[in-house]
Amino acid sequence: MAKRIDVSGLHVYYGDFLAVEDVSMTIEPRSVTAFIGSSGCGKSTFLRTLNRMHEVNPNARVEGKVMLDDLDIYGPDVDPVAVRREIGMVFQRANPFPTMSIYDNVIAGAKLNNQRLSKREADEIVERSLRGANLWEEVKDRLHKPGAGLSGGQQQRLCIARATAVEPEVLLMDEPCSALDPISTLAIEDLIANLKENYTIVIVTHNMQQAARVSDRTAFFNLAGTGKPGRLIEMGDTNRIFTKPEKKETENYITGRFG
Amino acid sequence: MTTTDSSTPARVPTGRRRIGDVIFANTASGAGALILLILAGVAAFLIIQSMDSLRANTVNFFTTTDWNASTREDPAFGVAALAFGTVLAATIALLLATPVAIGIALFIVYYAPRRVAALLGYIVDLLAAIPSVVYGLWGVVFLVGQLRPFYDALENYLGWIPLFAGPVSATGRTMLSAGLVLAVMILPIITAMSRDVFHQVPQANREAALALGATRWEMIRMAVLPFGRPGVIGGAMLGLGRALGETMAVAMILSPSLVISPFLLQSGNQTIAAHIALQYPEATGYGVSALIAAGLVLFAITLAVNMGARFIVARRKEFS
Repeated sequence: MAKRIDVSGLHVYYGDFLAVEDVSMTIEPRSVTAFIGSSGCGKSTFLRTLNRMHEVNPNARVEGKVMLDDLDIYGPDVDPVAVRREIGMVFQRANPFPTMSIYDNVIAGAKLNNQRLSKREADEIVERSLRGANLWEEVKDRLHKPGAGLSGGQQQRLCIARATAVEPEVLLMDEPCSALDPISTLAIEDLIANLKENYTIVIVTHNMQQAARVSDRTAFFNLAGTGKPGRLIEMGDTNRIFTKPEKKETENYITGRFG
Repeated sequence: MTTTDSSTPARVPTGRRRIGDVIFANTASGAGALILLILAGVAAFLIIQSMDSLRANTVNFFTTTDWNASTREDPAFGVAALAFGTVLAATIALLLATPVAIGIALFIVYYAPRRVAALLGYIVDLLAAIPSVVYGLWGVVFLVGQLRPFYDALENYLGWIPLFAGPVSATGRTMLSAGLVLAVMILPIITAMSRDVFHQVPQANREAALALGATRWEMIRMAVLPFGRPGVIGGAMLGLGRALGETMAVAMILSPSLVISPFLLQSGNQTIAAHIALQYPEATGYGVSALIAAGLVLFAITLAVNMGARFIVARRKEFS
Protein backbone atom coordinates (compact mmCIF):
# COMPACT_ATOMS: atom_id res chain seq x y z
CA MET A 1 0.00 0.00 0.00
CA ALA A 2 0.84 3.68 -0.36
CA LYS A 3 2.14 4.94 -3.67
CA ARG A 4 3.94 8.05 -4.84
CA ILE A 5 2.15 10.69 -6.89
CA ASP A 6 4.11 12.64 -9.46
CA VAL A 7 2.44 15.63 -11.08
CA SER A 8 4.06 17.45 -13.96
CA GLY A 9 2.86 20.54 -15.81
CA LEU A 10 -0.79 20.19 -14.81
CA HIS A 11 -3.30 22.79 -15.98
CA VAL A 12 -6.93 22.58 -14.87
CA TYR A 13 -9.68 24.17 -16.96
CA TYR A 14 -13.38 24.79 -16.46
CA GLY A 15 -14.49 25.18 -20.04
CA ASP A 16 -12.18 27.91 -21.36
CA PHE A 17 -11.35 29.23 -17.91
CA LEU A 18 -7.91 28.27 -16.65
CA ALA A 19 -8.42 27.57 -12.93
CA VAL A 20 -5.03 26.14 -11.96
CA GLU A 21 -1.86 26.77 -13.89
CA ASP A 22 1.20 24.61 -14.38
CA VAL A 23 1.52 22.61 -11.18
CA SER A 24 4.39 20.15 -10.79
CA MET A 25 5.00 18.33 -7.53
CA THR A 26 5.89 15.02 -5.98
CA ILE A 27 3.80 13.60 -3.16
CA GLU A 28 5.73 11.08 -1.11
CA PRO A 29 4.22 7.79 0.04
CA ARG A 30 3.55 7.15 3.75
CA SER A 31 3.58 10.83 4.54
CA VAL A 32 1.10 13.65 4.94
CA THR A 33 1.18 16.46 2.41
CA ALA A 34 -0.84 19.59 3.20
CA PHE A 35 -2.16 22.08 0.65
CA ILE A 36 -2.63 25.55 2.09
CA GLY A 37 -3.68 28.84 0.53
CA SER A 38 -6.51 31.33 0.56
CA SER A 39 -10.02 30.49 -0.60
CA GLY A 40 -10.46 30.10 -4.33
CA CYS A 41 -6.76 29.57 -5.01
CA GLY A 42 -7.43 26.24 -6.67
CA LYS A 43 -6.09 23.85 -4.04
CA SER A 44 -9.35 21.88 -3.77
CA THR A 45 -9.75 21.92 -7.53
CA PHE A 46 -6.23 20.58 -7.89
CA LEU A 47 -6.86 17.94 -5.22
CA ARG A 48 -9.90 16.67 -7.13
CA THR A 49 -7.85 16.17 -10.27
CA LEU A 50 -5.64 13.69 -8.39
CA ASN A 51 -8.41 11.07 -8.45
CA ARG A 52 -10.29 12.46 -11.45
CA MET A 53 -13.23 13.56 -9.27
CA HIS A 54 -13.22 16.89 -11.12
CA GLU A 55 -14.77 14.99 -14.05
CA VAL A 56 -18.08 15.02 -12.15
CA ASN A 57 -18.27 18.54 -13.56
CA PRO A 58 -18.70 17.95 -17.30
CA ASN A 59 -16.85 21.16 -18.25
CA ALA A 60 -13.72 20.42 -16.27
CA ARG A 61 -10.63 19.06 -17.99
CA VAL A 62 -6.91 18.91 -17.42
CA GLU A 63 -3.70 19.08 -19.39
CA GLY A 64 -0.49 17.61 -18.07
CA LYS A 65 0.48 14.42 -16.38
CA VAL A 66 -0.32 12.72 -13.07
CA MET A 67 1.60 9.53 -12.33
CA LEU A 68 0.62 7.10 -9.57
CA ASP A 69 3.92 5.21 -9.27
CA ASP A 70 4.25 4.18 -12.91
CA LEU A 71 0.59 4.50 -13.91
CA ASP A 72 -0.41 7.61 -15.85
CA ILE A 73 -3.90 8.19 -14.40
CA TYR A 74 -4.89 10.27 -17.43
CA GLY A 75 -3.63 7.61 -19.82
CA PRO A 76 -5.94 6.80 -22.74
CA ASP A 77 -6.89 3.33 -21.43
CA VAL A 78 -7.31 4.30 -17.81
CA ASP A 79 -10.80 4.12 -16.35
CA PRO A 80 -11.53 6.90 -13.83
CA VAL A 81 -13.48 4.36 -11.79
CA ALA A 82 -10.32 2.28 -11.37
CA VAL A 83 -8.34 5.40 -10.42
CA ARG A 84 -10.83 6.23 -7.67
CA ARG A 85 -10.58 2.72 -6.25
CA GLU A 86 -6.85 3.36 -5.78
CA ILE A 87 -7.16 6.95 -4.60
CA GLY A 88 -9.88 7.46 -2.00
CA MET A 89 -11.40 10.74 -0.92
CA VAL A 90 -12.86 12.34 2.20
CA PHE A 91 -14.96 15.46 1.74
CA GLN A 92 -15.40 18.74 3.54
CA ARG A 93 -18.86 17.84 4.78
CA ALA A 94 -19.24 14.36 6.18
CA ASN A 95 -21.42 12.55 3.68
CA PRO A 96 -22.43 9.11 4.91
CA PHE A 97 -25.15 7.52 2.80
CA PRO A 98 -28.31 8.65 4.61
CA THR A 99 -30.27 5.51 3.80
CA MET A 100 -27.61 3.13 5.08
CA SER A 101 -26.64 1.86 8.50
CA ILE A 102 -23.17 2.45 9.92
CA TYR A 103 -22.22 -1.10 8.93
CA ASP A 104 -23.52 -0.74 5.38
CA ASN A 105 -21.78 2.60 4.96
CA VAL A 106 -18.41 1.11 5.81
CA ILE A 107 -18.87 -1.94 3.62
CA ALA A 108 -20.40 -0.07 0.65
CA GLY A 109 -17.15 0.45 -1.25
CA ALA A 110 -15.71 -2.96 -0.44
CA LYS A 111 -18.90 -4.54 -1.83
CA LEU A 112 -18.28 -2.86 -5.18
CA ASN A 113 -14.95 -4.64 -5.57
CA ASN A 114 -16.16 -7.96 -4.29
CA GLN A 115 -19.82 -8.83 -4.77
CA ARG A 116 -19.55 -12.18 -3.01
CA LEU A 117 -18.19 -10.99 0.28
CA SER A 118 -18.92 -13.52 3.00
CA LYS A 119 -20.54 -12.31 6.20
CA ARG A 120 -17.38 -13.09 8.14
CA GLU A 121 -15.11 -11.20 5.73
CA ALA A 122 -17.48 -8.24 5.75
CA ASP A 123 -17.57 -8.21 9.55
CA GLU A 124 -13.78 -8.22 9.59
CA ILE A 125 -13.49 -5.35 7.14
CA VAL A 126 -16.04 -3.29 9.06
CA GLU A 127 -14.33 -3.83 12.40
CA ARG A 128 -10.83 -3.24 11.02
CA SER A 129 -11.88 -0.04 9.22
CA LEU A 130 -13.81 1.34 12.16
CA ARG A 131 -10.93 0.54 14.53
CA GLY A 132 -8.60 2.21 12.04
CA ALA A 133 -10.80 5.29 12.14
CA ASN A 134 -10.90 5.30 15.97
CA LEU A 135 -14.65 4.85 15.84
CA TRP A 136 -15.15 1.19 16.74
CA GLU A 137 -15.57 1.61 20.49
CA GLU A 138 -18.18 4.32 20.00
CA VAL A 139 -20.38 2.51 17.50
CA LYS A 140 -19.82 -1.23 17.97
CA ASP A 141 -23.16 -1.60 19.78
CA ARG A 142 -25.16 0.21 17.14
CA LEU A 143 -23.67 -0.88 13.85
CA HIS A 144 -27.09 -1.30 12.30
CA LYS A 145 -28.36 2.14 13.21
CA PRO A 146 -28.31 4.88 10.56
CA GLY A 147 -24.95 6.53 9.96
CA ALA A 148 -26.67 9.90 9.78
CA GLY A 149 -27.52 9.61 13.49
CA LEU A 150 -23.90 10.08 14.56
CA SER A 151 -22.36 13.40 15.56
CA GLY A 152 -20.55 15.45 12.92
CA GLY A 153 -17.11 14.32 14.03
CA GLN A 154 -18.21 10.69 14.21
CA GLN A 155 -19.75 10.96 10.75
CA GLN A 156 -16.47 12.25 9.37
CA ARG A 157 -14.58 9.37 10.95
CA LEU A 158 -17.22 7.04 9.50
CA CYS A 159 -16.46 8.49 6.09
CA ILE A 160 -12.75 7.90 6.67
CA ALA A 161 -13.51 4.30 7.66
CA ARG A 162 -15.60 3.93 4.50
CA ALA A 163 -12.77 5.31 2.36
CA THR A 164 -10.12 3.07 3.95
CA ALA A 165 -12.30 -0.05 3.80
CA VAL A 166 -11.47 -0.37 0.09
CA GLU A 167 -7.74 -0.22 0.98
CA PRO A 168 -6.73 2.57 -1.39
CA GLU A 169 -3.12 3.58 -2.02
CA VAL A 170 -3.76 7.24 -1.43
CA LEU A 171 -6.26 9.15 0.68
CA LEU A 172 -7.26 12.66 -0.37
CA MET A 173 -8.90 14.86 2.28
CA ASP A 174 -10.64 18.04 1.28
CA GLU A 175 -10.83 20.24 4.39
CA PRO A 176 -12.01 17.29 6.49
CA CYS A 177 -12.23 19.27 9.73
CA SER A 178 -13.62 22.57 8.58
CA ALA A 179 -17.15 21.71 9.78
CA LEU A 180 -16.02 20.18 13.09
CA ASP A 181 -15.50 21.39 16.63
CA PRO A 182 -11.95 21.42 18.11
CA ILE A 183 -12.29 18.09 19.93
CA SER A 184 -13.54 16.27 16.86
CA THR A 185 -10.80 17.99 14.87
CA LEU A 186 -8.20 16.66 17.28
CA ALA A 187 -9.62 13.15 16.90
CA ILE A 188 -9.29 13.38 13.13
CA GLU A 189 -5.76 14.79 13.35
CA ASP A 190 -4.70 11.91 15.59
CA LEU A 191 -6.26 9.58 13.09
CA ILE A 192 -4.33 11.15 10.21
CA ALA A 193 -1.10 10.58 12.11
CA ASN A 194 -1.96 6.87 12.41
CA LEU A 195 -3.14 6.53 8.83
CA LYS A 196 0.10 7.75 7.33
CA GLU A 197 1.77 4.51 8.39
CA ASN A 198 -0.15 2.84 5.57
CA TYR A 199 -1.32 5.51 3.19
CA THR A 200 -0.18 8.42 1.16
CA ILE A 201 -2.25 11.28 2.55
CA VAL A 202 -3.00 14.63 0.96
CA ILE A 203 -4.99 17.13 3.00
CA VAL A 204 -6.38 20.49 1.96
CA THR A 205 -6.78 22.81 4.91
CA HIS A 206 -7.53 26.42 5.69
CA ASN A 207 -6.04 26.05 9.08
CA MET A 208 -2.29 26.68 9.12
CA GLN A 209 -1.85 25.30 12.63
CA GLN A 210 -3.44 22.13 11.38
CA ALA A 211 -1.09 21.95 8.44
CA ALA A 212 1.84 22.50 10.80
CA ARG A 213 0.60 19.83 13.21
CA VAL A 214 -0.27 17.00 10.85
CA SER A 215 1.82 17.35 7.72
CA ASP A 216 5.32 16.36 6.73
CA ARG A 217 5.35 18.50 3.62
CA THR A 218 3.37 21.60 2.76
CA ALA A 219 2.43 23.13 -0.57
CA PHE A 220 1.32 26.76 -0.72
CA PHE A 221 -1.07 27.80 -3.49
CA ASN A 222 -1.99 31.34 -4.44
CA LEU A 223 -3.79 33.26 -7.14
CA ALA A 224 -1.67 35.21 -9.59
CA GLY A 225 -4.29 37.97 -9.19
CA THR A 226 -8.07 38.44 -9.31
CA GLY A 227 -9.50 36.39 -12.17
CA LYS A 228 -6.11 34.81 -12.76
CA PRO A 229 -5.43 31.10 -12.32
CA GLY A 230 -4.15 29.58 -9.10
CA ARG A 231 -0.51 28.50 -8.97
CA LEU A 232 1.73 26.43 -6.75
CA ILE A 233 4.00 29.00 -5.14
CA GLU A 234 6.23 26.88 -3.01
CA MET A 235 6.47 23.38 -1.63
CA GLY A 236 8.78 21.85 0.92
CA ASP A 237 9.17 20.30 4.35
CA THR A 238 6.49 21.70 6.62
CA ASN A 239 9.04 22.89 9.15
CA ARG A 240 10.94 24.81 6.57
CA ILE A 241 7.83 26.34 4.95
CA PHE A 242 6.66 27.65 8.31
CA THR A 243 10.05 28.87 9.52
CA LYS A 244 12.08 29.84 6.46
CA PRO A 245 9.80 30.25 3.45
CA GLU A 246 11.69 31.03 0.25
CA LYS A 247 9.01 33.19 -1.33
CA LYS A 248 7.71 36.50 -0.05
CA GLU A 249 4.08 35.48 -0.83
CA THR A 250 4.39 32.41 1.36
CA GLU A 251 5.82 34.42 4.20
CA ASN A 252 3.03 36.99 3.93
CA TYR A 253 0.42 34.25 4.04
CA ILE A 254 1.80 32.23 6.95
CA THR A 255 2.43 35.31 9.04
CA GLY A 256 -1.17 36.35 8.49
CA ARG A 257 -0.44 39.46 6.50
CA PHE A 258 -3.08 38.39 4.00
CA GLY A 259 -5.42 35.51 3.16
CA MET B 1 -39.14 42.97 17.09
CA THR B 2 -37.87 46.05 18.91
CA THR B 3 -36.18 48.95 17.25
CA THR B 4 -33.28 50.69 18.89
CA ASP B 5 -33.69 54.02 17.18
CA SER B 6 -32.66 56.66 19.71
CA SER B 7 -35.21 59.27 18.60
CA THR B 8 -38.25 57.08 19.38
CA PRO B 9 -38.81 55.01 22.51
CA ALA B 10 -38.33 51.26 22.04
CA ARG B 11 -41.55 49.70 20.84
CA VAL B 12 -42.96 47.31 23.36
CA PRO B 13 -44.70 44.20 22.02
CA THR B 14 -48.33 44.59 22.95
CA GLY B 15 -49.26 40.95 22.51
CA ARG B 16 -51.96 42.02 20.06
CA ARG B 17 -51.92 40.18 16.76
CA ARG B 18 -51.85 42.10 13.54
CA ILE B 19 -55.11 42.04 11.61
CA GLY B 20 -53.56 40.85 8.32
CA ASP B 21 -51.97 37.95 10.14
CA VAL B 22 -55.28 36.91 11.66
CA ILE B 23 -57.08 37.03 8.34
CA PHE B 24 -54.40 35.02 6.59
CA ALA B 25 -54.19 32.39 9.35
CA ASN B 26 -57.96 31.92 9.33
CA THR B 27 -58.16 31.71 5.55
CA ALA B 28 -55.44 29.07 5.49
CA SER B 29 -57.04 27.00 8.25
CA GLY B 30 -60.38 27.35 6.52
CA ALA B 31 -58.95 26.01 3.27
CA GLY B 32 -57.41 23.12 5.20
CA ALA B 33 -60.67 22.31 6.93
CA LEU B 34 -62.57 22.48 3.64
CA ILE B 35 -60.60 19.50 2.29
CA LEU B 36 -61.60 17.42 5.29
CA LEU B 37 -65.22 18.54 4.92
CA ILE B 38 -65.31 17.59 1.26
CA LEU B 39 -63.79 14.20 1.96
CA ALA B 40 -66.23 13.56 4.81
CA GLY B 41 -69.11 14.80 2.67
CA VAL B 42 -68.27 12.43 -0.18
CA ALA B 43 -67.88 9.51 2.20
CA ALA B 44 -71.20 10.32 3.90
CA PHE B 45 -72.97 10.65 0.56
CA LEU B 46 -71.64 7.28 -0.61
CA ILE B 47 -72.60 5.52 2.60
CA ILE B 48 -76.08 7.01 2.93
CA GLN B 49 -77.04 6.62 -0.71
CA SER B 50 -75.82 3.04 -0.92
CA MET B 51 -77.64 1.89 2.24
CA ASP B 52 -80.94 1.72 0.40
CA SER B 53 -79.82 -0.99 -2.02
CA LEU B 54 -77.47 -2.77 0.36
CA ARG B 55 -80.36 -3.36 2.79
CA ALA B 56 -82.56 -4.74 0.04
CA ASN B 57 -79.78 -6.88 -1.43
CA THR B 58 -80.65 -10.57 -1.23
CA VAL B 59 -77.10 -11.88 -1.60
CA ASN B 60 -73.72 -11.10 -0.04
CA PHE B 61 -72.46 -7.87 -1.61
CA PHE B 62 -68.79 -8.71 -1.17
CA THR B 63 -68.74 -12.30 -2.47
CA THR B 64 -71.28 -12.17 -5.31
CA THR B 65 -70.14 -11.57 -8.88
CA ASP B 66 -73.52 -11.04 -10.57
CA TRP B 67 -75.15 -7.64 -10.93
CA ASN B 68 -78.96 -7.64 -11.00
CA ALA B 69 -79.83 -4.39 -9.34
CA SER B 70 -82.13 -2.55 -11.75
CA THR B 71 -85.29 -3.85 -10.17
CA ARG B 72 -87.54 -2.90 -7.26
CA GLU B 73 -87.83 -6.47 -6.04
CA ASP B 74 -85.17 -8.78 -4.72
CA PRO B 75 -82.05 -7.15 -6.17
CA ALA B 76 -79.05 -9.50 -6.19
CA PHE B 77 -75.73 -7.88 -6.87
CA GLY B 78 -72.16 -8.11 -5.65
CA VAL B 79 -68.92 -6.29 -6.15
CA ALA B 80 -66.54 -9.27 -6.05
CA ALA B 81 -65.81 -9.49 -9.79
CA LEU B 82 -65.66 -5.74 -10.18
CA ALA B 83 -63.28 -5.22 -7.28
CA PHE B 84 -61.09 -8.02 -8.56
CA GLY B 85 -61.02 -6.53 -12.08
CA THR B 86 -60.25 -3.07 -10.73
CA VAL B 87 -57.30 -4.23 -8.66
CA LEU B 88 -56.07 -6.53 -11.44
CA ALA B 89 -56.06 -3.82 -14.13
CA ALA B 90 -54.37 -1.32 -11.84
CA THR B 91 -51.78 -3.85 -10.70
CA ILE B 92 -50.88 -4.76 -14.29
CA ALA B 93 -50.56 -1.07 -15.11
CA LEU B 94 -48.36 -0.41 -12.09
CA LEU B 95 -46.08 -3.38 -12.72
CA LEU B 96 -45.58 -2.38 -16.33
CA ALA B 97 -45.25 1.36 -15.82
CA THR B 98 -43.06 1.68 -12.73
CA PRO B 99 -39.83 0.10 -14.05
CA VAL B 100 -40.16 2.00 -17.33
CA ALA B 101 -40.83 5.26 -15.47
CA ILE B 102 -37.79 4.78 -13.24
CA GLY B 103 -35.72 4.05 -16.34
CA ILE B 104 -36.93 7.17 -18.12
CA ALA B 105 -36.36 9.31 -15.04
CA LEU B 106 -32.81 7.98 -14.55
CA PHE B 107 -32.08 8.55 -18.22
CA ILE B 108 -33.36 12.12 -18.07
CA VAL B 109 -31.45 13.00 -14.92
CA TYR B 110 -28.18 11.07 -15.26
CA TYR B 111 -27.61 9.88 -18.79
CA ALA B 112 -29.18 12.13 -21.40
CA PRO B 113 -27.35 15.19 -22.72
CA ARG B 114 -28.92 18.30 -21.24
CA ARG B 115 -30.93 19.32 -24.31
CA VAL B 116 -32.27 15.83 -24.95
CA ALA B 117 -33.22 15.62 -21.28
CA ALA B 118 -35.18 18.86 -21.42
CA LEU B 119 -37.02 17.78 -24.56
CA LEU B 120 -37.79 14.36 -23.15
CA GLY B 121 -39.06 15.82 -19.89
CA TYR B 122 -41.34 18.09 -21.88
CA ILE B 123 -42.71 15.19 -23.93
CA VAL B 124 -43.40 13.15 -20.80
CA ASP B 125 -45.37 16.08 -19.38
CA LEU B 126 -47.31 16.31 -22.65
CA LEU B 127 -48.20 12.66 -22.36
CA ALA B 128 -49.93 13.48 -19.09
CA ALA B 129 -52.09 16.08 -20.78
CA ILE B 130 -53.74 13.68 -23.25
CA PRO B 131 -57.38 13.10 -22.23
CA SER B 132 -58.22 9.56 -21.22
CA VAL B 133 -60.89 9.21 -23.89
CA VAL B 134 -58.17 9.68 -26.49
CA TYR B 135 -56.14 6.92 -24.90
CA GLY B 136 -59.26 4.78 -24.99
CA LEU B 137 -59.80 5.44 -28.70
CA TRP B 138 -56.17 4.76 -29.47
CA GLY B 139 -56.34 1.58 -27.45
CA VAL B 140 -59.47 0.16 -28.98
CA VAL B 141 -59.00 1.27 -32.58
CA PHE B 142 -55.26 0.75 -32.96
CA LEU B 143 -53.47 -0.95 -30.09
CA VAL B 144 -55.60 -4.03 -29.49
CA GLY B 145 -55.30 -5.03 -33.13
CA GLN B 146 -51.53 -4.67 -33.07
CA LEU B 147 -51.28 -6.74 -29.93
CA ARG B 148 -52.82 -9.92 -31.38
CA PRO B 149 -49.56 -11.47 -32.71
CA PHE B 150 -47.82 -10.57 -29.47
CA TYR B 151 -50.58 -12.24 -27.45
CA ASP B 152 -50.42 -15.34 -29.63
CA ALA B 153 -46.70 -15.58 -29.01
CA LEU B 154 -47.23 -15.05 -25.30
CA GLU B 155 -49.74 -17.90 -25.21
CA ASN B 156 -47.45 -20.14 -27.27
CA TYR B 157 -44.39 -19.73 -25.11
CA LEU B 158 -45.74 -18.81 -21.70
CA GLY B 159 -49.16 -20.47 -21.91
CA TRP B 160 -48.10 -22.88 -19.18
CA ILE B 161 -48.33 -19.98 -16.73
CA PRO B 162 -52.04 -19.76 -15.85
CA LEU B 163 -52.01 -15.96 -16.34
CA PHE B 164 -51.24 -16.39 -20.04
CA ALA B 165 -53.39 -19.46 -20.74
CA GLY B 166 -55.42 -19.50 -23.96
CA PRO B 167 -57.57 -19.26 -25.87
CA VAL B 168 -56.48 -15.76 -26.83
CA SER B 169 -59.38 -13.35 -27.26
CA ALA B 170 -60.04 -12.76 -30.95
CA THR B 171 -60.66 -9.06 -30.47
CA GLY B 172 -57.67 -8.45 -28.19
CA ARG B 173 -59.96 -6.51 -25.85
CA THR B 174 -58.55 -8.13 -22.76
CA MET B 175 -57.40 -7.28 -19.28
CA LEU B 176 -53.80 -7.11 -20.47
CA SER B 177 -54.74 -4.57 -23.15
CA ALA B 178 -56.57 -2.45 -20.59
CA GLY B 179 -53.61 -2.74 -18.22
CA LEU B 180 -51.22 -1.72 -21.00
CA VAL B 181 -53.19 1.40 -21.88
CA LEU B 182 -53.49 2.28 -18.19
CA ALA B 183 -49.73 1.81 -17.87
CA VAL B 184 -49.14 4.36 -20.63
CA MET B 185 -51.55 6.74 -18.91
CA ILE B 186 -49.86 6.58 -15.51
CA LEU B 187 -46.33 6.58 -16.92
CA PRO B 188 -45.99 10.41 -16.95
CA ILE B 189 -46.95 10.95 -13.32
CA ILE B 190 -44.60 8.26 -12.03
CA THR B 191 -41.82 9.53 -14.29
CA ALA B 192 -42.30 13.13 -13.21
CA MET B 193 -42.25 12.27 -9.50
CA SER B 194 -39.21 10.02 -9.87
CA ARG B 195 -37.39 12.60 -11.95
CA ASP B 196 -37.96 15.29 -9.34
CA VAL B 197 -36.72 13.16 -6.48
CA PHE B 198 -33.68 11.94 -8.46
CA HIS B 199 -32.81 15.58 -9.11
CA GLN B 200 -32.79 16.19 -5.37
CA VAL B 201 -30.20 13.58 -4.48
CA PRO B 202 -27.47 15.66 -2.81
CA GLN B 203 -24.28 15.96 -4.82
CA ALA B 204 -22.38 14.99 -1.66
CA ASN B 205 -24.03 11.55 -1.71
CA ARG B 206 -23.31 10.99 -5.36
CA GLU B 207 -19.70 12.08 -4.99
CA ALA B 208 -19.31 9.81 -1.98
CA ALA B 209 -20.24 6.84 -4.14
CA LEU B 210 -18.05 7.92 -7.05
CA ALA B 211 -15.07 8.50 -4.78
CA LEU B 212 -15.34 4.89 -3.60
CA GLY B 213 -14.83 3.81 -7.19
CA ALA B 214 -18.47 3.30 -8.13
CA THR B 215 -19.42 3.27 -11.80
CA ARG B 216 -22.34 5.44 -12.77
CA TRP B 217 -24.79 2.56 -12.40
CA GLU B 218 -23.29 1.59 -9.04
CA MET B 219 -23.54 5.20 -7.94
CA ILE B 220 -27.23 5.16 -8.90
CA ARG B 221 -27.81 1.96 -6.96
CA MET B 222 -25.86 3.17 -3.94
CA ALA B 223 -26.88 6.78 -3.61
CA VAL B 224 -29.74 7.64 -5.95
CA LEU B 225 -32.26 4.81 -5.73
CA PRO B 226 -32.27 4.46 -1.93
CA PHE B 227 -32.61 8.21 -1.55
CA GLY B 228 -35.36 8.38 -4.17
CA ARG B 229 -37.31 5.37 -2.92
CA PRO B 230 -40.03 7.25 -0.99
CA GLY B 231 -40.57 9.60 -3.92
CA VAL B 232 -40.82 6.77 -6.42
CA ILE B 233 -43.29 4.95 -4.19
CA GLY B 234 -45.28 8.15 -3.83
CA GLY B 235 -45.37 8.57 -7.60
CA ALA B 236 -46.35 4.95 -8.10
CA MET B 237 -49.20 5.35 -5.63
CA LEU B 238 -50.47 8.47 -7.39
CA GLY B 239 -50.34 6.45 -10.59
CA LEU B 240 -52.10 3.53 -8.95
CA GLY B 241 -54.81 5.88 -7.72
CA ARG B 242 -55.35 7.10 -11.24
CA ALA B 243 -55.33 3.56 -12.66
CA LEU B 244 -57.88 2.38 -10.08
CA GLY B 245 -60.27 5.19 -10.87
CA GLU B 246 -59.76 5.40 -14.63
CA THR B 247 -63.07 4.99 -16.36
CA MET B 248 -63.21 5.94 -20.00
CA ALA B 249 -60.21 4.09 -21.41
CA VAL B 250 -61.11 0.88 -19.63
CA ALA B 251 -64.78 1.11 -20.56
CA MET B 252 -63.82 1.46 -24.23
CA ILE B 253 -61.24 -1.29 -24.32
CA LEU B 254 -62.57 -4.12 -22.18
CA SER B 255 -65.35 -6.32 -23.42
CA PRO B 256 -66.90 -6.71 -20.02
CA SER B 257 -68.18 -9.76 -18.27
CA LEU B 258 -68.73 -10.14 -14.57
CA VAL B 259 -66.46 -13.03 -13.78
CA ILE B 260 -63.35 -13.41 -11.68
CA SER B 261 -60.89 -14.53 -14.29
CA PRO B 262 -57.11 -14.54 -13.84
CA PHE B 263 -56.58 -15.23 -17.54
CA LEU B 264 -55.16 -12.00 -18.90
CA LEU B 265 -55.36 -12.97 -22.57
CA GLN B 266 -59.01 -14.01 -22.56
CA SER B 267 -61.90 -11.63 -22.68
CA GLY B 268 -63.67 -11.03 -19.40
CA ASN B 269 -63.47 -9.02 -16.18
CA GLN B 270 -64.62 -5.49 -15.59
CA THR B 271 -63.59 -2.64 -13.32
CA ILE B 272 -65.76 -0.71 -10.89
CA ALA B 273 -65.31 2.66 -12.56
CA ALA B 274 -66.08 1.40 -16.06
CA HIS B 275 -69.03 -0.59 -14.77
CA ILE B 276 -70.53 2.48 -13.12
CA ALA B 277 -70.10 4.53 -16.28
CA LEU B 278 -71.65 1.89 -18.52
CA GLN B 279 -74.52 0.90 -16.22
CA TYR B 280 -75.60 4.28 -14.92
CA PRO B 281 -77.64 5.41 -17.96
CA GLU B 282 -79.78 2.27 -17.74
CA ALA B 283 -80.03 1.98 -13.99
CA THR B 284 -83.54 1.78 -12.56
CA GLY B 285 -84.99 0.55 -9.29
CA TYR B 286 -82.17 -0.13 -6.87
CA GLY B 287 -79.68 0.26 -9.74
CA VAL B 288 -78.35 3.73 -8.93
CA SER B 289 -77.99 3.01 -5.25
CA ALA B 290 -76.18 -0.25 -6.03
CA LEU B 291 -73.76 1.57 -8.32
CA ILE B 292 -73.10 4.05 -5.51
CA ALA B 293 -72.31 1.09 -3.28
CA ALA B 294 -69.76 -0.02 -5.88
CA GLY B 295 -68.38 3.52 -5.83
CA LEU B 296 -68.03 3.26 -2.07
CA VAL B 297 -65.91 0.15 -2.49
CA LEU B 298 -63.70 1.95 -5.02
CA PHE B 299 -63.36 4.83 -2.56
CA ALA B 300 -62.31 2.38 0.16
CA ILE B 301 -59.79 0.61 -2.09
CA THR B 302 -58.16 3.89 -3.11
CA LEU B 303 -58.02 5.04 0.50
CA ALA B 304 -56.45 1.75 1.58
CA VAL B 305 -53.86 1.94 -1.21
CA ASN B 306 -52.86 5.46 -0.19
CA MET B 307 -52.57 4.59 3.47
CA GLY B 308 -50.54 1.51 2.59
CA ALA B 309 -48.17 3.69 0.57
CA ARG B 310 -47.77 6.12 3.42
CA PHE B 311 -47.00 3.25 5.72
CA ILE B 312 -44.30 1.95 3.37
CA VAL B 313 -42.76 5.40 3.03
CA ALA B 314 -42.81 6.06 6.78
CA ARG B 315 -41.46 2.68 7.83
CA ARG B 316 -37.85 3.50 7.06
CA LYS B 317 -38.05 7.14 8.06
CA GLU B 318 -35.18 6.68 10.48
CA PHE B 319 -32.93 6.22 7.45
CA SER B 320 -34.01 9.25 5.45
